[in-house]
Parts: sequence; C-alpha cells; structure tokens
Amino acid sequence: MADLLLTNARLIDPEAGTETLGSILIKDGRINEVLTQNTDINEKKLTAVNSVDCGGKCLAPGIVDIGVKVCEPGERHKESFRTAGLAAAAGGVTTMVTRPDTIPTIDTPETLEFSKRRGSEIAPVRIAPMASLTKGRAGREMVEMGFLMDAGAVAFSDGDNVVSDNKVLSRAMTYARSLGALVMGHPQDPVLSKGGAVTSGKFATLRGLPAVSPMAERMGLERDLALVEMTGVRYHADQISTAVALPVLERAKAAGFDVTAGVSIHHLTLNDLDVGDYRTFFKVKPPLRSEDDRMAMVEAVASGLIDVICSMHTPQDEESKRLPYEEAASGAVALETLLPAAMRLLHAGAVDLPTLWRALSLNPAKRLGLEGGQLSVGAPADLVLFDPDAPFVMDRETLRSKSKNTPFDGQRMQGRVLRTFVGGKEVYTRA
Amino acid sequence: MTFRAKHLLGIEHLGPDEITTLLDLADQYVDLNRRDVKHTDTLAGLTQINMFFENSTRTQASFEIAGKRLGADVMNMAMQASSVKKGETLIDTALTLNAMHPDLLVVRHPHSGAVDLLAQKVNCAVLNAGDGRHEHPTQALLDALTIRRAKGRLHRLSVAICGDIAHSRVARSNIMLLGKMENRIRLIGPPTLMPSGIAEFGVEVFEDMREGLRDVDVVMMLRLQKERMDGGFIPSEREYYHRYGLDPEKLSHAKPDAIVMHPGPMNRGVEIDGVLADDINRSVIQEQVEMGVAVRMAAMELLVRTRRAQPREVMV
Repeated sequence: MADLLLTNARLIDPEAGTETLGSILIKDGRINEVLTQNTDINEKKLTAVNSVDCGGKCLAPGIVDIGVKVCEPGERHKESFRTAGLAAAAGGVTTMVTRPDTIPTIDTPETLEFSKRRGSEIAPVRIAPMASLTKGRAGREMVEMGFLMDAGAVAFSDGDNVVSDNKVLSRAMTYARSLGALVMGHPQDPVLSKGGAVTSGKFATLRGLPAVSPMAERMGLERDLALVEMTGVRYHADQISTAVALPVLERAKAAGFDVTAGVSIHHLTLNDLDVGDYRTFFKVKPPLRSEDDRMAMVEAVASGLIDVICSMHTPQDEESKRLPYEEAASGAVALETLLPAAMRLLHAGAVDLPTLWRALSLNPAKRLGLEGGQLSVGAPADLVLFDPDAPFVMDRETLRSKSKNTPFDGQRMQGRVLRTFVGGKEVYTRA
Repeated sequence: MTFRAKHLLGIEHLGPDEITTLLDLADQYVDLNRRDVKHTDTLAGLTQINMFFENSTRTQASFEIAGKRLGADVMNMAMQASSVKKGETLIDTALTLNAMHPDLLVVRHPHSGAVDLLAQKVNCAVLNAGDGRHEHPTQALLDALTIRRAKGRLHRLSVAICGDIAHSRVARSNIMLLGKMENRIRLIGPPTLMPSGIAEFGVEVFEDMREGLRDVDVVMMLRLQKERMDGGFIPSEREYYHRYGLDPEKLSHAKPDAIVMHPGPMNRGVEIDGVLADDINRSVIQEQVEMGVAVRMAAMELLVRTRRAQPREVMV
C-alpha cells in the first residue's frame, strides 16, 4: 500500500527538462511511481492511504539551497534551526545546505555534529552542513577535512572571508582533492573590494558610497581557478554576480576543470539602483550590480553557464540594519522569497520552469552528492507544490524567519508555495 | 515664492525654482549682515541644535551665527565626545534629541546617507551640513550665490571644479546645482581622484589642468586631504602642486575675468598658490565665507516657513 498519491499535477522534471501533467505515488518516503495523465487514477487511489488533487498546479523537486546561514550556534536572536526550518518549508526549500560562518565557526567534527543533530531534531527540512575550510575562517590552518567529511560535511567554505594567502589555499585545495572534497570559494579580491558598500559606477558616486569595481570579482575568480588548475580540486564559486567574471568561468569549464558556480536570487532580480535612498535591506555581499550585470546573470542561468541559484539567506536583526549604509550589516533573508522571486524570471520569459529547477534543485544536489532534485522513481519524495501565478504583496512581518530583513518588503510578487513534502511527509501546507 | 522642501538634505531634491528662491532671500540677508545691527526675530523662540559628528570649525560657526542672527536659540553638541562614544546608535541619539522638541537640526556626519536616516526619525527640519562623500548642500548654495553676485548670472557659465572629486561632497553638490541651473561643468584632476561613472553626470573630465581651464568663467578648487597625499592617490604633494595646483600661469588659460573659489580650509602651496588666493581681483574666497552665513539664514528661514505652513505634526 502506497502512502500518498499526488494527482493532477504539472510535473516539473529538471532532469528530463519537461513539464507534463501527471501524478506521483509516494511510498516509504520515496517516489514509487510517476504516472502520466492517461493512467487510471481511480484505480491507483485505491492503493494509496491518502490522495491529494494538485489542481493542475506545479509539482517539482524541493529546492536544495546552498549557503543558508542559520545563525545557530551564536546568534539565535537572529535565526534558529527551528525558524529557518519553518521558513524553508514555507519556501519550498527541502534541503538547507548550511553555512559554517556561525559563532563559533563550524570547523571541528564536534560543532558540525551539533549543527546536524540540532537541525534534524528541530527543523522540518533536511540539513546538509558545510564546514569551514580553515580554522576559525582565519585563512591560516586547514580544518580536519577527513573527520569533518566523516561527520557529514558536504563542502568546505570560509564564506565571505576570502583566504588571501595563496599558499594556505593551495595546500587546503590539494588536501581537499585527495579526499574528493568540494571547496566553495567566494570569488572576490579581498584588497580591492575592502570597504566597498556598493558597486562602482554612477549610482555609487551619486550616493557618495565607497565602491568596489566588478573587476574584483573576476580577479578573485581567476586566482581561485588558477589554483584549481594547479591542484585539481573540485570547486564551486558561491556567487558570481558580474558580467566580467563570466568569460573566465566559461573558459575554465571549457578546459574541463571540475568547476561550478552559483548566483544569489538577489543578483538575478535586483540591481544597484534598488538601494535608492540608502535602503540597507538591499545591502548584500557582494553588493547589487548594474542592470547589465543582472541581465548577464539571468542569461547565464538560462544557458547553464551558472549552475546554481541560491538564496544566500543571511538573517540580520533590525539593530544591525538601522544604521548609516556603510555601517549597516550585509545580507538578506530569502528562504521564503526565493521561489516567488525566481518566478520573476519565469514571468519575464527568461527561463522555463525545468531550467529554473535545474539551478534550484537538481544541480546543487548533484554537486554536493545529495539525493534530490529528481522526479524519478526511487528519488526521495522531497517535493514542492506551487502556483507560479498567484499574486501577492510581500509583507515582511509574515516571514517565519526571526529576522525580517527582506528587500522584497512591500513589493508585488507572483508565485506561492502550496505544499512542501520532505521524505513524503507534508511539512508545510498553505492555509 | 516657491520652496517646498521639508528638509535640506541635498541639492538632488531641490528644483531650480527652489534654488533661485533661496538665493534671492539670501541676497537680502547679505545686506542685513553688513549693517551694524544684524539681528532679526524671524526664528525667535525656536531652537536650533547643531550636531557635528565630524570636526568642523567654519561650517559650525557659520550655522551658529546664522541661527543667532535670526533670533533662534542655538545649541552646539559636540557629538564626538558624547553618547556616540558610549555606543548609542544614530537613531537613538536622534530620538533623544527629538524628544527635546528642537525646530531645526543641523547635522554633519562622516557617513554618506546618515543625515537622510536621521531625518526620517525626527519631527523637525533637518539641514545637512555634510554627510560623508554624499552632499554638502549649503556649500553649493553659497558657492552659487557667490558666483551669481560676481558674474551677474547663474546659468550658461563654464565652471571648472579641480582636485579631489572622488572624496568630495562639495563637488557632488556643486555638480548637481550647477547642472540644474544649466551651466557647463568641467572636472579636472588626476584619474585616481575621479569617482567611478562620473562621465554619466553630464560633465567633461580633464586630466590636463591647462586644457580643462581653457576659457572657463569660474575656477573652483577643492581641498586635498592630507591623508591622500602619501602616495596612495597621488605620488607626492609637490608633484600634485606642479600638475594640479592653481597658480597664475595655469589660471591664465581661463577667461581673463575668471574668479577663483575654494571651500576652505586651504592648503596653500598644495592646491592653490598663496598669493593668488589672496588676490582680491581674482579670489572670492572671503566672499564665499560671507555668503555662507546668508545662505544658511535663508535656508533655515525657508524650512521654518514650510513647517509653519503645514498642520503641526504630533510629537512622539
């Protein structure tokens, strides 16, 4: 007897690149059968404990979000595993790949195990923790990569602390290569980008804010890729946000290096002008770019040059945002707004749903060696049911995150998550 | 009379008509300031607080005199020595002061946008006395008044702004004001001191000073901060003076009646030749200081008029 039958759904299959009407049968937390429209559903209903009519809405693999900051341990007043997990479930994110930039840093097997255990106890979605690449993210000594991988670390990243010592980074990469570990870089020249609050250009000058050239990103990426070539490590660039960096990425991929890259949803949907009169909720890292850069990023997602779209969920409390722009903290919460914001790309005609879901779900899962991102028999039943057209006005007070720092507050959006399933269990139902 | 602004946060938000209104009123205050008795009761009973989060002698004195001549009760707060050091946030400081019911708040802050932020949290009129590298509107207005009185008009002039444009709020406010009033703007300086995207501001950029000064009506020099002379932005003080310091020879490329301006304080022998700065036939630097008081009086009076014309807001 199957556990659940989801009928009459628009099935978004990123692997096959298709959108078809059909049903999904779930058993023991996994997809048991994928049924086309022609199958006799009534007969199948008899074999399932429960059935849900999806009303023709979209059913897709749950989002695998690389780079979620949970703020636990250390800053639970900003976010906890519980609140982040609820936000993820409400946003259709079924796996949170958590960042190690907590207090203390996740740089030992013990702290990683804490994250994993705490997450699995209290969050309704899956947790895949990352560990830092160097101890304390200080860029000097590498972490115990072998032990950390045994404990479940899916990747190694110092977050936005760029390892500036090339010797340290090359050794860490060489060591990581021997273990088959994935190293995640933050491509940014740390000296050139120091103090930069916005991207250089007319807007930065108009507002008199310290600016960073887009070239700092390309320089960081070129440095990282040279070391990738030298060491043969598996490498993922956490965020690419500028057009000047794309040819560098393209060359590395063409040369056959094991390289992938991500982009945050904010860099796909907002540009530097959105900062307006010093609105600090739009302060993210790297800073928002020009409209030309934004369009180049959208195109790179459509072409597959950029592999992954992530939320870069970074909770910040009011106190750290209600400051003059230069002093204000960077980052935005995005677990719940990731899907509706991504729908902007769909409605703009820039990408179709299977392409979007490759970047949101299939590619990140594959890159980290996780199950998920698939809509085929045997895959875990991590699913999101959503209405891509449902309009609403974003009200930040409705967010489940403890911190409400979203740049989309008050904006019109389209796309609502209706139900989220993790391992066949319904973890979110839209009231 | 046209003046709609509730705060004076920057030139960006002012229309050309508002600028003209303000300068016309300032002209009247220039006359008042030259009399023996320089007092009016326009702002009698009102409280003006000067909050300077950054050191300033000249601007703070100018605002203080302006307020006192209009009859306001003026209070200076040295913010560097106060609660800011104890960790109080800018917004908390603003709310605390707001509870004391000031009518005018004059603010200087080292961070761009800080004065805008503060203005959102208080009920009174806020005047930006300089925020980071963003704007210094009263400086641009006093420069405009000086030019208008010296040249007889404030349009279709060719104005050169020379020096450290990148770090200068004075330059930004002046570019905006002179642009709004339909003047030709030339920016002169080494490329290391030019901000990004500057070409999109409708200005001409020159790296050669003689070429940039050719046939201009007005030469505005900017102060070069000491900390930028150490090889980071320019090789040395003496090379800078050689290439970008204003001296009689370089000035000879401008129109014969071109005026020389400087927002002060000057570095004689760095950005400007000392003798030239004192040449009363060319330099209007002292007039700029005089116009500063008049412009600030006009700005405060207009803001108070806007306030009075509106229904009184409920104080928190």
